[in-house]
Amino acid sequence: MILGRAFEDMCAQMYYRGKMFGFVHLYNGQEAVSTGFIKLLKQQDSVVSTYRDHVHALSKGVPARAVMSELFGKTTGCCRGQGGSMHMFSREHNLLGGFAFIGEGIPVATGAAFTSKYKREVLKEADCDHVTLAFFGDGTCNNGQFFECLNMAALWKLPIVFVVENNLWAIGMSHLRATSDPQIYKKGPAFGMPGIHVDGMDVLKVREVAKDAIGRARRGEGPTLVECETYRFRGHSLADPDELRDPAEKAHYAARDPITALKKYLIENSLASEADLKAIDKKIDEVVEDAVEFADESPVPSQSQLLENVFADPKGFGIGPDGRYRCEDPKFTEGTAHV
Amino acid sequence: MLTPFQYLLSGIYLTRYILYSRHELLLFEALQEGLEEEMERDIRVCVMGEDVGHYGGSYKVTKGLAKKFGDLRVLDTPIAENSFTGMGIGAAMTGLRPVVEGMNMGFLLLAFNQISNNCGMLHYTSGGQFTIPIVIRGPGGVGRQLGAEHSQRLESYFQSIPGIQMVACSTPYNAKGLMKAAIRSENPVILFEHVLLYNLKERIPDEDYICNLEEAEMVRPGEHVTILTYSRMRYHVMQAAKTLVNKGYDPEVIDIRSLKPFDLYTIGNSVKKTHRVLIVEECMRTGGIGASLIAAITENFNDYLDAPIMCLSSQDVPTPYAGTLEEVTVVQPAQIVTAVEQLCQ
Repeated sequence: MILGRAFEDMCAQMYYRGKMFGFVHLYNGQEAVSTGFIKLLKQQDSVVSTYRDHVHALSKGVPARAVMSELFGKTTGCCRGQGGSMHMFSREHNLLGGFAFIGEGIPVATGAAFTSKYKREVLKEADCDHVTLAFFGDGTCNNGQFFECLNMAALWKLPIVFVVENNLWAIGMSHLRATSDPQIYKKGPAFGMPGIHVDGMDVLKVREVAKDAIGRARRGEGPTLVECETYRFRGHSLADPDELRDPAEKAHYAARDPITALKKYLIENSLASEADLKAIDKKIDEVVEDAVEFADESPVPSQSQLLENVFADPKGFGIGPDGRYRCEDPKFTEGTAHV
Repeated sequence: MLTPFQYLLSGIYLTRYILYSRHELLLFEALQEGLEEEMERDIRVCVMGEDVGHYGGSYKVTKGLAKKFGDLRVLDTPIAENSFTGMGIGAAMTGLRPVVEGMNMGFLLLAFNQISNNCGMLHYTSGGQFTIPIVIRGPGGVGRQLGAEHSQRLESYFQSIPGIQMVACSTPYNAKGLMKAAIRSENPVILFEHVLLYNLKERIPDEDYICNLEEAEMVRPGEHVTILTYSRMRYHVMQAAKTLVNKGYDPEVIDIRSLKPFDLYTIGNSVKKTHRVLIVEECMRTGGIGASLIAAITENFNDYLDAPIMCLSSQDVPTPYAGTLEEVTVVQPAQIVTAVEQLCQ
């Protein structure tokens, strides 16, 4: 959680210093959800996120260096600089994105869960119990793809957990102004799956609920809808002036900061000392500083990278007038070929 | 004991038998055969769509497959195109090779989010980490009075999406070949079938074959004019060709098959030979495949043209229900004949 917080704070700094661009959506305040869920997963389990995906990536194990480089648009980024803030992917860590349009990642997550079931039942990999987590927000819960996937996941008992990070706001639209019945967790049973509500500012409570839901999915008992009540301390993105939210509401949730709460819990229960916690803070600062340094020193993509990953099989660019495939044109690897 | 001559003769007959042994089937059966063979060949190939399983597909392309391969490999989905197409994409990213059927291509308009953003882009935005070996297929085109919404030509809508390939089948031979090639391709491929072509009959080879996804098909070599077409219009063109031949013309007919990317080699060689081009398509005029083809030919082969390129497309109207109006919405053989005569003046 500390890594998530420190990383996101550094992102804000770097953005205002002109090192990263575009739409950057920070996760401050929601760390308990990412940590509470993702730290229970195995490497082969999959995570699908939205544009607010930096911390999901970090929790899943994508190195801070790779994420920071991606944000700087460098070729050493996890997506070679081609994805950016809203499109974090990692094959190695089974992070299936990073999606800009809300809701469009949920079917992809459903597909990953389908593959898990297919592996067990068709490919006969009897011990395949891979689980997929789909993270998305309150705004997404009014979107068709959400409901369509709840239906399909329950219908086929897919090993997936739908994790709603209800931070009460979709940019400037309050959840209460957008939703006829704002209690999202209640929509689970309508589709035949349990719907759980949890305090998303408390990492230990999130973890308990996550254990149950992930366990259900692993045992083949089907999907769960978990609504985490959480809050984002910053605006929707770094471009959002954040003028609509009531300061009293912000103060209320600031007092429930998940990191402060866990620190307090650890100290009160003698699980760690102040010195231990300070050491963690320091170590994380070093990791983040190192990530920035690495990103700074990394090269920007050259034009040669432009055409490489459009197609997995570059024959897809077709046959040119001279009878050769376009990708055989030497200019193709320079990124200057006419395609 | 056979003489050497008898061995040679039987060898020739055997080779001919192997090379040329064929069986006759209808286009939808050819698609089914291609799909079935690929499903037998690779256990990761699966089908998803509405009524593909127990119903056997609205045009019978998946008939019998659910019984053979099971309900999970031939998945009957709820009516949720955007989500089940996205599900297919997620499955493709995680190791499967799905074939997603749009019951009618028009329904895939609901899946545009997934097809544009995820199908076309994910390989790129993930920096090449994830491949999407998905095939999206289904019947489209103008049928017999099916009404505007069931008579759409989405090839023009999808053609700008970077990262996808589009092919259109027109004969049982290329239907099976393109289906197999599309399934084996690591790229996302959209395979356009036509509602009125499913019952075409042809004898196709017994042995395994695929059609190259990026190549056009020479239908009738000729000298006077290059006619570029695809899908159902190929048959209107061939009908017009008969009339044209009787009138003394020698048209070269090419079924472009690959709608994205264009096979500029086959097309270019033809243009260099005939110097006159007529495009006959079922797309609407505005922003259609023809429009892109004109741009590509002008850009690459302008010096070889003796006349401006002519393009016959469907009228820019929602396809009317009334038969008489529907008939004049699409290009008819008589118009093709007139166009060639004009072009060759």
